[in-house]
Amino acid sequence: MDENGAMIHARGLVKRFGELIAVDGIDLDVKQGEAFGFLGPNGAGKSSTMRMIGCVSPVTDGTLRILGKDPATEGAQIRARLGVVPQQDTLDFELTVRENVLIYGRYFGLSRRELKPRIDELLEFVQLTERAGDKVEPLSGGMKRRLTIARSLVNDPDLLLLDEPTTGLDPQARHVVWDRLFRLKQQGKTFVVTTHYMDEAEQLCDRLVVMDHGAIVAEGSPWELIQRYSTREVVEIRFEDERPQNGIFEGVAERVEELPDRVLLYSRDGDATAIAVAERGLPPHSTLVRRSTLEDVFLHLTGRTLVD
Amino acid sequence: MDSVLQPLRAYQHWLAQYRRVWRGTIGTSLVNPILYVTALGVGLGTIVDQTQNTPGGVPYLDYVAPGLLAAAAMQTATIESSWPVMAAIKWSRVYHAMIATPLTERDAFVGHQLFVTTRVFTSAAAYLVVIAAFGAVSSWWGILVVPVAVLIGTAFSMPMAALAARVEDDRTFVTIFRFLIVPMFLFSGTFFPISQLPLGFELIAYVTPIWHGVELCRMLTLGTVELWAALGHTAYLLAWTLVGFELARRSYRRRLLG
Repeated sequence: MDENGAMIHARGLVKRFGELIAVDGIDLDVKQGEAFGFLGPNGAGKSSTMRMIGCVSPVTDGTLRILGKDPATEGAQIRARLGVVPQQDTLDFELTVRENVLIYGRYFGLSRRELKPRIDELLEFVQLTERAGDKVEPLSGGMKRRLTIARSLVNDPDLLLLDEPTTGLDPQARHVVWDRLFRLKQQGKTFVVTTHYMDEAEQLCDRLVVMDHGAIVAEGSPWELIQRYSTREVVEIRFEDERPQNGIFEGVAERVEELPDRVLLYSRDGDATAIAVAERGLPPHSTLVRRSTLEDVFLHLTGRTLVD
Repeated sequence: MDSVLQPLRAYQHWLAQYRRVWRGTIGTSLVNPILYVTALGVGLGTIVDQTQNTPGGVPYLDYVAPGLLAAAAMQTATIESSWPVMAAIKWSRVYHAMIATPLTERDAFVGHQLFVTTRVFTSAAAYLVVIAAFGAVSSWWGILVVPVAVLIGTAFSMPMAALAARVEDDRTFVTIFRFLIVPMFLFSGTFFPISQLPLGFELIAYVTPIWHGVELCRMLTLGTVELWAALGHTAYLLAWTLVGFELARRSYRRRLLG
């Protein structure tokens, strides 16, 4: 940790690959015990930022301090205190569940004797005790993810980095992973998550930044961001075939977003807006009144949806 | 201290994986030499010996056996540093798991090479046992072919790893085997002296590391060690190893730390 108590401290952080600017001068401070998120679409620069924080990608420009140390000169010491859940699995499919954690623990220089009880505990935590002796290959996607999480905890890290932890999992498996991560959060672990799922960000993060084109476009708690950049409720309207002409929604909502497949009406009182629309004689195919989410924040900030 | 311990930790990964398959590879390490030595040393050798004009004036079995051993070391080393390196980068992504920990990309590389060397060492030892059983080792110097095989191995595996960490397509490996490794196996003094090659090809054969490896193994098993020639061959193999090491270190760095 540095003098300000920041686990991660970045100023003007830049990552370039040749001509491509992946991360374009971002500032960050992540405090101890915080669950911090990067929300943004694919290619926004989240993973590049994570790789720099994980000390496996040199910083092109700017300042970066992890646990008060400089990744350029103290990468190995920093990595010794990190737990990393990468976007793509890096498990050894030929080895058993237990061996995967054991060998990974050896990379940290932990002895087999200290690892034995630790592995039992971790497999218990991710509900894989029954599968300890099985090869990794046939495990389901969700189990592999949980194993990766168990593995990332083997060195009892100060800071956990989770890059798209539930991408590619089915809804049920995602909830199991979220449940485990939520417990870690309750235990006071500091973690950083990247995601392009707004529900994931809402579930897990105390505070997040919205990234787009390598830059941070907004920062705050999920609730603050919704308050600042959206209305309390949203009316989603879908039309059968012909969509009504422009200007027809004027006055019924504070803000209107027209997407290819639907129209979003931002309003404090969704039901009143829905009624107003009906009164104007527009027969929609379907109408849905819901609460604003981070998806709406993102749409407002960038004019694009998160998952296309 | 860490620069020694950390590669050993990466090495443990490969050993853990190898533990599941070692029985099969030990079988191959014994059966292959028996087949080759029987066919070429005994079978073909009987005919060659009848000409009364064998290379070096020794029984053909004694001539060809150390060449086969050297060539096997080349093949094992090259194979172990091709697909497995690409897999650890692209498919299983094992290297990425390693460098997320205190291990560096250099530790991942050195740890893997230690394993390749282990494989070359054990197969060369098995090969030596087989050719000795066939009576093809006439000197105690012969024991040294095992460390020499390790050196032949590194002279091939280091440059191969340097390449494997750079290329995107595994078809490159097939090309290398077809156009480099197989010709070296056949024409670099393994089966007949390179002086029988047309001059241009003879010069090419001199440049290949395998010719130096074959010559070195042969003088050891035959007990005809000439000190300066032996040192020269050793130095040449060492040079390939060291240059390959440096190239591979750079390839790994470029590939893994983006």
